Amino acid sequence: MTDNYIILPVIIHLFAAILQLFLWRRTVAHRVVSVTACFIAMVIAIQLFTKVYNGGILIMEAANWKAPFGIVFVADIFSSSLVLLTSFSALAVSVFSSAGISRSRILYGYFPIFHFLVMGLNGAFLTGDIFNLYVWFEVIIISSFVLMTLGGRKAQVEGAVKYMAMNILASTFFLTGIAILYGITGSLNMADLSLKVAAIENRNLVNITALFFIIGFGIKSAVFPLYFWLPSSYHTPPSAVVATFGGLLTKVGIYALFRMCTLIFIPDEFTKNLLLLIAVFTIITGSFGALIKRNIRRLFSYLIVCHIGFMIGGLSMFTQVALTGALIYLFHDIMVKTNMFLIAGLIRQLRGTMNMDKLGGLYADYPLISLVIAIVLFSLAGVPPLSGFWPKISLFEAGFEGRHYILIAAIIIGSFLTLYVIAKMWAEVFWKNIPASKGSGEEIIDGFAALPLSKKIMLVGPIVFLAAITLYIGLGAENIAVLAQRISAEMMDTTPYIEAVLGNPQ
Amino acid sequence: MEILLLILTGLLYSTGIYMLLRRSMVKLLIGIGLLGNGVNILIFLLGTITKGKPPVIEEAADVLTGIYADPIPQALILTAIVISFGLQAFAIVLLKRVYVLVNSDDLDDLNTPEEEDI
Repeated sequence: MTDNYIILPVIIHLFAAILQLFLWRRTVAHRVVSVTACFIAMVIAIQLFTKVYNGGILIMEAANWKAPFGIVFVADIFSSSLVLLTSFSALAVSVFSSAGISRSRILYGYFPIFHFLVMGLNGAFLTGDIFNLYVWFEVIIISSFVLMTLGGRKAQVEGAVKYMAMNILASTFFLTGIAILYGITGSLNMADLSLKVAAIENRNLVNITALFFIIGFGIKSAVFPLYFWLPSSYHTPPSAVVATFGGLLTKVGIYALFRMCTLIFIPDEFTKNLLLLIAVFTIITGSFGALIKRNIRRLFSYLIVCHIGFMIGGLSMFTQVALTGALIYLFHDIMVKTNMFLIAGLIRQLRGTMNMDKLGGLYADYPLISLVIAIVLFSLAGVPPLSGFWPKISLFEAGFEGRHYILIAAIIIGSFLTLYVIAKMWAEVFWKNIPASKGSGEEIIDGFAALPLSKKIMLVGPIVFLAAITLYIGLGAENIAVLAQRISAEMMDTTPYIEAVLGNPQ
Repeated sequence: MEILLLILTGLLYSTGIYMLLRRSMVKLLIGIGLLGNGVNILIFLLGTITKGKPPVIEEAADVLTGIYADPIPQALILTAIVISFGLQAFAIVLLKRVYVLVNSDDLDDLNTPEEEDI
């Protein structure tokens, strides 16, 4: 069904960004426009989600060029639920940034770039054309480069070099894959590619092309041998920026990988084993990396890597149960990871540092905030009945069915180490007494108590908001499971998607 | 023609990757540039080169018939060139900035230790 409504999540952020460019150097106006736009975008995303959930797949043909010739935008349940989660994250980050980002960064255009980034994310989720996906990826990475370097501290630009080099390399691989795919099929529309790639007899050629996409998206989503850029760059920019990055940028790589592997390249034994191996190593290396880190954000960066492995593992088993588990984990992860970095930013406000050696005593000073944070941390560790627990049931079930015992072992080790790391962090940051100052003038600075009440609400509000959604994913897991099952059913049988885009083949 | 482009693509990819693996930041930039050009030529090559048959519909006809050059790869290359131009411009400015701050061209010097984190 054609419906131009689905382009609105992209347009709204574009207009917000342009409007902010006209309001250059007016920081209060920037904040107001940003929060308003994110709120409107959230309402639109909720409506889009209900429309798609009740009425089936919606498409929009750009300039009325019929698919497969023109660029087509497709909103199936998978994309619209990710747009919905993106809008939640964007709203939370926008409100948090209004209080948590320094005035000088806003003066140099923090908010317009943030909106261009979210526009790129929404575009990438909604597009049904593979070259268009590449363009949205470029929109995302160029905005993220600017956000990462904005402020220009030494550590920031150092991290940005690694981030930039790896992401440009990933784009090159992705574009190479597109070139070869166009060469062998002569099409760029994903639904059309799905039919044409299935008809190719030379399967080795298809597998090699798939590898280009797996490497490209693998770098972006930070999987095992390709993740080193992430922990060496994500601890440098302001926490609000990393919240968007950690919550959404790696997940857009996962989204693209899921889309490619379920629609265009149906994995054969070789690809499945490759993905399984990647998943196992990603989980193990990520969780071991998190063990030795003393800085909260470095620790969280490694946890991002570790949990990417869970989703890749679900994809590698490629049964409906496994995909359902991976999808619930994806939803949970977007919310929790965004929130984790917002929490890191809040801790920095509260204590002036993010080093665990210097932190302590937060629970005694701020018991209520600590309670909210505890909910998020326990969700991340997967304590039942919170959200991180439920997807693991599906993953285990699929793992035992397909006899992937190594993956199950990896998931158990990964979950256990996550729990250990989180418990250690909780003890150090919240329970431990404030360590005695070494007399070198390194007093703990509480920048939070001095803030006006409105700013306090703007800092804590987003965390409570995202924690509430995480709680819903955990306690209302049945609804989320039904949603994930519908998506995974669409992934296993792509005929509705193809018919929605190309029309009913007579 | 195809075989020449094929060799050229291979050369650009291999030199680009080699340059990316060096430790110098300037060579990193050159590598990014070479890889970008390599991809563009690959798209051009895989769009099958047709000589002297422009995809223009004649006045008397409604549709194109026979063999004609595919215009899509050129549109793709144009987009890719613009994007890689933007990315390279950003990369140059960023690396200049890093050079000013770190005072070194060596990528191995880009490691502020963890103790200096805030």
